[in-house]
Order: sequence, then C-alpha cells, then structure tokens
Amino acid sequence: MIEIDRITKIYADTKAVDSVSMTVETGTITVIVGTSGSGKTTLLRMINRLEEPTSGEVRINGVPTMSVKPHILRRRIGYAIQGHGLFPHHTVARNIGAVPQLLKWSRAEINARVDELLALFSMEPKQFRNRYPAELSGGQQQRVGVARALASRPELLLMDEPFGALDPIIRNRAQEDLRRIQQKLGSTIMLVTHDMEEAILLGDRVAVMDGGKLVQHGTPAEIITRPATAFVANMVGDVERPLRLLSLIPLGEVVEPGAANGDALSTKASLRDALSACLWTGREAVPVENDGVVVGRVTLDTIRARAELHA
Amino acid sequence: MTLAANRIVAGQGVMAWNVADPVATWPGVAAVLLGLAFGLPARFARLRLCGAVLGLVGVLWVLMQGAPALLDQAGEYARVSPAMGFWFLFAIFSLLLVDALLAMAPGPLARGGLLAVVVGAMGAVLWSGLLSDLSILREYSARSDAFYREFLRHLGLAFGSLGAAAVIGFPVGILSHRRAGLRAAILPILSFLQTVPSLAMFGLMIPLLGWVGHTVPGAQAIGIAGIGFAPAFLALVLYSLLPVVGNTVAGLASAPPAAVEAARGMGMTQQQRLLRVELPLGLPIILTGLRIVLVQNIGLAVIAGLIGGGGFGTFVFQGLNQTATDLILLGALPTVILALASAIVMDILVELTRPTAKETA
Repeated sequence: MIEIDRITKIYADTKAVDSVSMTVETGTITVIVGTSGSGKTTLLRMINRLEEPTSGEVRINGVPTMSVKPHILRRRIGYAIQGHGLFPHHTVARNIGAVPQLLKWSRAEINARVDELLALFSMEPKQFRNRYPAELSGGQQQRVGVARALASRPELLLMDEPFGALDPIIRNRAQEDLRRIQQKLGSTIMLVTHDMEEAILLGDRVAVMDGGKLVQHGTPAEIITRPATAFVANMVGDVERPLRLLSLIPLGEVVEPGAANGDALSTKASLRDALSACLWTGREAVPVENDGVVVGRVTLDTIRARAELHA
Repeated sequence: MTLAANRIVAGQGVMAWNVADPVATWPGVAAVLLGLAFGLPARFARLRLCGAVLGLVGVLWVLMQGAPALLDQAGEYARVSPAMGFWFLFAIFSLLLVDALLAMAPGPLARGGLLAVVVGAMGAVLWSGLLSDLSILREYSARSDAFYREFLRHLGLAFGSLGAAAVIGFPVGILSHRRAGLRAAILPILSFLQTVPSLAMFGLMIPLLGWVGHTVPGAQAIGIAGIGFAPAFLALVLYSLLPVVGNTVAGLASAPPAAVEAARGMGMTQQQRLLRVELPLGLPIILTGLRIVLVQNIGLAVIAGLIGGGGFGTFVFQGLNQTATDLILLGALPTVILALASAIVMDILVELTRPTAKETA
C-alpha cells in the first residue's frame, strides 16, 4: 500500500503540487491524469524522490520514503519514462538487467530474469537478448523499457507517459500488454498521462490533477458519471461520456439468453464495441461468445438502458 | 633532382633520365608513367591504388639509382636532393593513394594494418641504406645521436603535455559538466589562453618560469627555469586544456537526456551514472578532443625549439640559421609523419569507441 500524505512541492512562489493525499492499494493501477502543468509528473517524481517534497510524506507499506537514501529507495521502485530512456551502448539484456546488477544479483539470476521478462513481453529471448536498442522498433524499445523497470520485482512501478511516443496502433497493443502483465504479476502501478481515454482504459483508480491539486480520485465509472468539477467533466469530454462509460462494461456482465445474427463478439469485448457493431451492420442485437461457444446475445435496448442509467 | 656543390649553395637541376645510366633508371621512369596511366582514371579504386603504389616505387627507384651515380664524380662536399619533379610526383601519387583508400573505405582495423605497413615500408627503405646518399639523410647521419635524443624529447613534449592536460582536464571537465557556474567561468578563460599566439606564449613563459626558478627554493633543482623543457611543456599543457575540458564537457553532455534520467530513476549514484552511462557515451567526443590536442602539440612542439625546449624544432631552427634546407626538412618531415600517424591512430580509436560501430558488428 502506498500512502501519499499531504505532499507539497513549491518552486519559487508557485505551488506545483498542493497538499495532495491519496492511497494506492497493492496490486492496482492508479492513473494520474491532468493537463500539462497540472503537477502530475512532479507528484510522480516525488514518490521516488527525483524531486524532494517541500512538505508532506510518502509511505510505502508503512515505511516513510525519507527514511532511506534516495538511490537505495529508487532501486526498489521501477521507473519507466516516455521515450524509454534505454542505454544505447548496452544490449537489451544489459539494459533489462541494469537494476538487478545494481542490487548485486548473481549473473545466473540476472540472465534467468532477463529471459523470463523478454518472454513475458512476447519477445523471443534468443533473438533479442544481444541486440542494441537502435536495432529495435519503437514498440519493442518501449517494451524493453517497461521490462527494465520491472526487472527487480519492485514493490511499485512508476510510469511517466510511457506510451506517449508510440503511434496509436502500437499504443493500444502496449496498453493491453501492460494490463495483462500487471494482472499476471499483481504489480502496483502508478501511471501519469494526459490522455483521459488511456486513464479510463488502464486505471483501477483515476486521479485527476488540476493546478497542483487533486480534484477527483475514484474509479473510472465514478469519474465519468459523477465528475467532481467542470474541469473533470471537460477532461472526460461531455459528448463522449456515454461511450466512455459503455467502454468500461464487458459484454459478459450483461449477456442475456437468446439468438442473434451475424458475427459474434467475445464476452471480454465492451458494450461500446457491441454498439459499434450494431450500428455498422444494421442489427438490433449481436451474439456473444466465450472461447468460440455462443453464450447468448446483447441487444441495442440493453445497451441504451445501461447508457441511460447514469443520465 | 638537384646537384649542389655543397650543402648551402643552390643546386642545379638534373632531369630524371640523366641522373644515372639509362639502363638503371628506365624501370623507375617506366613505373612512374605506368603508375600515372593506372592512377589518373577515376573509375576503379583498386586500379588507382595499384597505380599509386607503382608510381611511388618508381620515383623512389629513380632516387635510389640517381643519388650515388650523381655523387660519383662531384666532389666530397657535393649534395643530392630530390627536386620539384620528385615532390610533385610524390604528392600526386600520395593523393591518388589516399583517394583510392577513401573510395575503398577500409574498416578501422584495416586502416591500422595499412598504417603499420606504410610505416614499416618507410622504415625498411631508410634502414636498407639505399637512400643514404641523399642530402637529408647525410644530415641525419651527421647527427644521428642528436636526432634520437630530440625525437624522444619531441615525443616527451607532445605526449607528456597531453597526459598532463588529461590529468588536469578530465576532472575539471567532469566538474564543469555538473556545475553550470563553473563551466561558465572556466571555458572562457581556457579559450582566451588558446588565442595567445604560440610564440608569445613561449615568450611569456621565459620571465614567468625564470622568476619561479629564482624565487621558489628547489624549483631549479627539478629543472624549472626560464628556458628549456619546463616552459615549453607548460605552454603546451595550457594550450591543450581547452580541447580536453571542452570536449569532456561536450562528451558528457552528449548522453541522451532520457537515458541519464532513467539511470537516475533506477537508482544509480552520481558516480555510477558517470562511469556507466555518461563516460562511455561521451568517449568518442572526448577522444576527438585528445586527437586535436595530440596533433596540435606535435606541431607546436617544433616552436619549443626556439626556447631551448628541444625536439625536432632544434633542427628546424638550426637549419633556418644556416640556410640549410635539408636540415630544416630533417626536423619538419618527421614532425609531419608523426602528426599524421597519430591522427590516423586516434581516428581509429574514436571509431572503435563509437557505440553505433557495434551495431554493424
């Protein structure tokens, strides 16, 4: 559990971060979202003390971060940044093994961990281990960057706009990968982004920052349905709110018995996908399948009912 | 070729085909013509390379045959030197050689091997004594002891000052990299030093170190005086500081900011960041600085001859005083060769340390 307790950062006369408090449960993803200058990155960087807080404190599993030397603290916290920051003169394996090496793991342990992580990120270890970052595609570089941040099994992973430099298609894939890997490893992640869509897609909890203050902290559904301020509503985008909400609900949750025509959608697809399929193909309902077996259908009426629930 | 009655007076030109018995010279002349025929067309780099080598062998051959033959009946003090024709052809073939090699773009290791072959070939020709009748080598054999002494002196001045500048410059460069204030203070001072004309710098050292030698006890005992090795050395070190410090700062700053930030974020200490990230990534630029210093100091060390600092400059200035051109060349040619060879070696090192070079490996 990460407790952020009235943390404040003042530069000259401006309060970059103004008395922010929040709690992050172990094994969840918290996305901090805000416009540029909202203080979101400063907040993140105060957690691993790349910025020293002016006042307030951060506790990781009850232990204040100020009680250890900064570089020791940072070795326990994964850190992934926009543009990956890989060392261009080191191979993929050395890049991923950087923190374990700092922690003085044995060579065999490091090698095993590197291969394990490469496999986890769907990169064939034999093929990629000895390559240099410049020989990888942008998506691969980004995956190696995240793998490096996870290498020492940190108790917390901080990510600063990790997908910002990727093009949309690769970004989607990277987001899905992160979700999958986080669920598999049970990691605790704090991620900073300016993209509300990414926040809603990835976050178990979303924290909205504005002008150095934390204006709302809640589940994605809460953020969409009950925006605390006009700023949050604006971030969500009023027109798209129903669609955003539908994108949070998996078909598995609302599937009903019955038959429908046309191609089936997976139970993991969202109501937004179902709505899109209905509109595009002129159907009133779509079949829903689980592992190739049709388990029922979702109708346009159901979708409408769910969207209106919060109106 | 020129034939002169003694080492001072101007010589008389002799045509290549007249320097010796035609039977002895014709293979050389033929090789030169063939070399030109092969080398001048620009299409094929390999052909041009063969032509250049053939031509060089040709002009050397004429030189070897000509020198003893001309001296045969010319009297005891007569001197033979290569004339304009030789230097022209030599320059043309060298250019062809360089051009052909550039077109073939050998890797760093191949270039190192090539340099060794060229130096070895030059050494072999000189060692064999086939050219020892030439005037410049007459000058050499008259003072071979002095030549080696000044050669070592020259190396000591150039490499010693490089070493001293590195020992001082690296820490200063690293500190300046970390503190913008220090950087803003130091770099202008060093670039001011760089603008002091070299003769003036050597001149300034004389009263300065002379005063130190007189007033500081024990200074004279370790060789600090107004003239000699110490002031020359010090001046060279001062000249070297700007390239060393400047390139260290530039090299350290050349590491991608995201990589440095990531290194900090993963818990590397300042020391670890320097050794594992900034230095390895900046090494090519730092070595480029050392290359500049080395080539510059090998050249500048000649001027050290003026203030008794020793080195090849001794011969150059002796030669100037005696209007003995060959003595000047005895000082100048080894300096040029030394500077060229060092530049090539340093370039190879720079290329080997460039991280992108590994990608193609």
